[in-house]
Amino acid sequence: MTEPLLVVERMSVAYGKVEAVRGVSLNVPPGSVVTVIGANGAGKTTLLNALMGLLEQTGSIRFENRDLRNARVEDRVAAGLVLVPERRELFGSLTVEDNLRLGSFRHRRHHEIDEELAKVYARFPRLRERQRQLAGTLSGGERQMLALGRALMSRPRLLMLDEPSLGLAPQIVRESFRIIADLHKSGVSILLIEQNARAALAVADYGYVMEHGEIALEGAAGELAENPRVAESYLGLGTTH
Amino acid sequence: MNPRVARAIAWALAALLLVLPLSPLIPEFWVTLLILIGLASLTALGLVVLTGMGGMTSFGQAAFVGFGAYTTGLLSTTFGLSPWLGLPAALIVTGIAACCLGAITVRLSGHYLPLGTLAWGISIFYIFGNSAFLGGQTGMTGIPPLKIGSLALLTARSYYALVWLAVVVSVLATINLLDSRVGRAFRALRRNAIAAEAFGVQTARAKLVVFVYAALLAGLAGWLYAHFQRTLSASAFGTEANIDYLLMAIVGGVGQVFGAVLGAGIVIILKDLIQDVLGRLGMFQDLLFGILLVGILQYSREGVWPLVSFWLPTTAARKIDPAADMEVPARPARVRADALLVLDKARKTFGGLVAVDDVSFAVGEAETVALIGPNGAGKSTLFDLMTGVRRATAGRVLFDGDPIERLAPQAIARRGIARTFQHVRLVPELSVIENVALGAHSRGSAGVMSAILRLDRAEERRLFAHAARRLERVGLSKEMFRPAGHLSLGQMRLVEVARALCLDPRLLLLDEPAAGLRAAEKQALARLLRELKGEGISILVVEHDVDFVMGLAERIVVLDFGKKIAEGLPRDIRVNPVVIEAYLGGVA
Amino acid sequence: MDPTIFWTLVVDGVVNGTIYALLAIGLVLVFVVTRVILLPQGVYVSFAALTLSQFQRGNVPGTVWLLLALGCAAFVIDALRTRSRITRAWFLRRVATDLVFPAVMYALVTWLVPLQPGMAVEVALTLMLITPLGPYLYRLAFQPLEQASVLTLLIASVGVYIALSVLGLVFFGPEGFMANPLSGVQFDTAGIVVSGQSVIMVAVSLVLMFLLWLLFDRTLIGKAMRAVAVNRTGARLVGIPISQVGEITFALASFIGAVSGVLIAPVTMVYYDTGFLIGLIGFVAAIIGGMGSYPLAVAGALFVGLLQSFAAFWNSNYQQVVVFTTLIPILLLRSLRAPAVEEEE
Repeated sequence: MTEPLLVVERMSVAYGKVEAVRGVSLNVPPGSVVTVIGANGAGKTTLLNALMGLLEQTGSIRFENRDLRNARVEDRVAAGLVLVPERRELFGSLTVEDNLRLGSFRHRRHHEIDEELAKVYARFPRLRERQRQLAGTLSGGERQMLALGRALMSRPRLLMLDEPSLGLAPQIVRESFRIIADLHKSGVSILLIEQNARAALAVADYGYVMEHGEIALEGAAGELAENPRVAESYLGLGTTH
Repeated sequence: MNPRVARAIAWALAALLLVLPLSPLIPEFWVTLLILIGLASLTALGLVVLTGMGGMTSFGQAAFVGFGAYTTGLLSTTFGLSPWLGLPAALIVTGIAACCLGAITVRLSGHYLPLGTLAWGISIFYIFGNSAFLGGQTGMTGIPPLKIGSLALLTARSYYALVWLAVVVSVLATINLLDSRVGRAFRALRRNAIAAEAFGVQTARAKLVVFVYAALLAGLAGWLYAHFQRTLSASAFGTEANIDYLLMAIVGGVGQVFGAVLGAGIVIILKDLIQDVLGRLGMFQDLLFGILLVGILQYSREGVWPLVSFWLPTTAARKIDPAADMEVPARPARVRADALLVLDKARKTFGGLVAVDDVSFAVGEAETVALIGPNGAGKSTLFDLMTGVRRATAGRVLFDGDPIERLAPQAIARRGIARTFQHVRLVPELSVIENVALGAHSRGSAGVMSAILRLDRAEERRLFAHAARRLERVGLSKEMFRPAGHLSLGQMRLVEVARALCLDPRLLLLDEPAAGLRAAEKQALARLLRELKGEGISILVVEHDVDFVMGLAERIVVLDFGKKIAEGLPRDIRVNPVVIEAYLGGVA
Repeated sequence: MDPTIFWTLVVDGVVNGTIYALLAIGLVLVFVVTRVILLPQGVYVSFAALTLSQFQRGNVPGTVWLLLALGCAAFVIDALRTRSRITRAWFLRRVATDLVFPAVMYALVTWLVPLQPGMAVEVALTLMLITPLGPYLYRLAFQPLEQASVLTLLIASVGVYIALSVLGLVFFGPEGFMANPLSGVQFDTAGIVVSGQSVIMVAVSLVLMFLLWLLFDRTLIGKAMRAVAVNRTGARLVGIPISQVGEITFALASFIGAVSGVLIAPVTMVYYDTGFLIGLIGFVAAIIGGMGSYPLAVAGALFVGLLQSFAAFWNSNYQQVVVFTTLIPILLLRSLRAPAVEEEE
């Protein structure tokens, strides 16, 4: 059995006195897509932000057998952990190309950056068309592509996606999930957070259900999708009652 | 801190300080030092209220000390008036100056505000220093002492009681002010201005009132200072003095009434000690000061007072008399229009992004309508349009037949629309009941003077009884006196519901009230909302928990991408293919 | 007012304005990247001017000691803070920047200065002494407050300013000094005298502004600084080390301050606290520009330079009153454009 890529044990995060994540443990095996689903306010975003080092946390995080507990954000990025946040967090007053180039800030070697840039443009031809445009002027779908492209520029070992379908039109959402499936095939491991539980479980290998900051349920994605409790709470609409 | 404990400390301090220096054992030098501490405390007290509670950092308080001092100085020298007449004159001049400067300053936003105070602080300093009638560069001399009968208050020991009397009175007045309707509104402004406005607080006005209050404390200090020193030079009212006052407030604990006195004490005594120890190298005192300031910010941003107050009791219940709950003035029962709330092609764009795209729907009297849709569909923006937080780009919003899309949040609140927020907006350091009482802000009328003189007690009793009732309805009576910041997320959401109920709304807008609630809490909330509906309150709720919504709402409006894509009965929405597509992204 | 006086005042205003423009750019830069309102910016100006004057008199200025002390303090405090994360690379780098560099500077200054090595060397030494103060101060005072509010940072900035101005008094005493001019040439056009020094001031400022533009527009590190300015979270997520960017920003600001100091040293009597007022006026310029835009800050600076020059002619006692009072309507205008209700994060 292969060693998991990411091992999180008993992680907790608190905002002041309010604990938003309580003792969460989870694994991401190499080359897999793992999803965390749950209602708004269940602590999913907090979990990812803490994994990225943006928030103070307790508990242990091991990534490729390295202890990341005390690592700063930039060290985690260098180790290959990359987050595409819910709010995208692009550099609005910089061009699309500058946004992408800054994505590989940690590499710094010119030919490497150009190589990655060519790959990203090949994957998202739309971004090449817009390369001189300021990121702040992009549409919602393009912004999502840019955020994803910028993350790929740093050659992630584990890509963490926070609500990639947020605020996107249905056809773009479908496209996003196609790209996720595509990335998965090319060997990138993915930790996906999604409110759109059905879509998330469809692309994932394994899933966790978060409730009130805790992992309430976990299992293979197919089994979770069948689980009546999950179906009722998170798949909601469209299920037969 | 609890106001009762605060008042007890104030009286104890007063007794000790007033009696102590009468003893000849205390050297004159220390009495002088205590006077200087008292004078600085007054100005720092204003700054604590302004900065710590209201989030407005002023680098210009010394200018108001100057206004007070120069006014009485000018009147008692050039015009030969009695120094006692100088007091009202000093306060009037300071008050007028504060009104003028404050009217501009409180409108400054973010970091422009402290920079603005820095700018006029420097301007006024130069005006003091360069005006011949104020003594110019050499300063003003020969200011007469205060006299009681024929007794001139010439010695420090004779002046002492007057200064500390002023301090004690000011501290009590400030405690009273903060523990009042006006004070609560003001304390909500710093981090919760949107919530405060949603319950009828006039933010600019509330800020100006406190700005003038803080300036008057400084003006009072200026009057006392002028007749104690009996010479004035502009250097006492410059940038350095301003920095000292800010330092006192921060060292003591900005946001704490006693922090001001403590901070003034620490800073002035420390300065003096450093001067003694370093002797000729006295200029190093400011070096230590600078380092101290940075160190305090890095290691204890709350200042020293929290270390002291750790030993004091924190929660003491306030008496709530349920019988005092005011009668709910009858809202106009008639509904003049077909529906209570009507949205007619409401539209909101941010730059090129259309957040709300010509949305129309209505909420009837005593009807519960749910608004659902994926994250980012524009639901919260729609709430902002209905409550006046943002102005619609086009379209109309009618409430009981009247257009409200151009009204300010306060005016909308008065008409009976109350809301809760997706991201909880409570004042964490205030108790739960005080937070809820903020919801009843527009039902009270007591102003600053009645708060300071505690003439507002009857009204306060009514407001708190009113708030307590609402808190009981959401099932949080037990948590009444805990600081709101100590509650769980689910409890905070319920506190927001209670606060909204305090307005006795006709329409309740709830933004994800069930998020973060446990199953039992959700059921209790659903029960409460059904009761409210039974009492004739209309409810518009944004919620993601589909089961919660399906069980509660009579009608559902589905929003996607800023557009209304469906509207209908819950059972129809459940099977509507367009809705399923939007919600699920069509991947299944 | 006759045209000669008018044009003399204009020239004066423009020359002063370019210095204010440099300072304004430094302030805007530091503010957008680190959110610190850098009151000590003016202190760098005083320190640089006085250090140069001391060199020209053959004295070793106190700023050399300051460099040694701040280097050691930064090393010790940083080591305590970094503790478990200390690596060999970290250690070697910090020893070099915090201990070896100040020691080398000390040796250079004490060896060269008594030899009266000439203007170029003196200016170079001045810049090398003053520029590192920025990053040291950042690490000691501001980096630990990286997450704090603008207000907290502003107050910390006040603390740093107080401490530095006291040191200025200790190092240079209360007397003012004036350095030898960088050039003695005079140009006389139609009765309006323009000194070579003025030409150098304007030229150096323009070159420096051009170099800054190159940095921000053409280099990855410059773009990383802009990235931090527009979106801190985004910058952290792509692995830009915020603290290092902060250090570099502070170094740029102190370099700009040092250059300004060298430029004004020959034309103004500089006291230990002269820089504060110059810095504040730079602020007025930066604020007129909205604390976010370099071109607007430069325009604001020229405006303030002219305003001051004419106000001084009208009534020298009230020139500062005029400059600072102008700020208030401008602030008001700026806030009217900001959102009506604002909340602290």
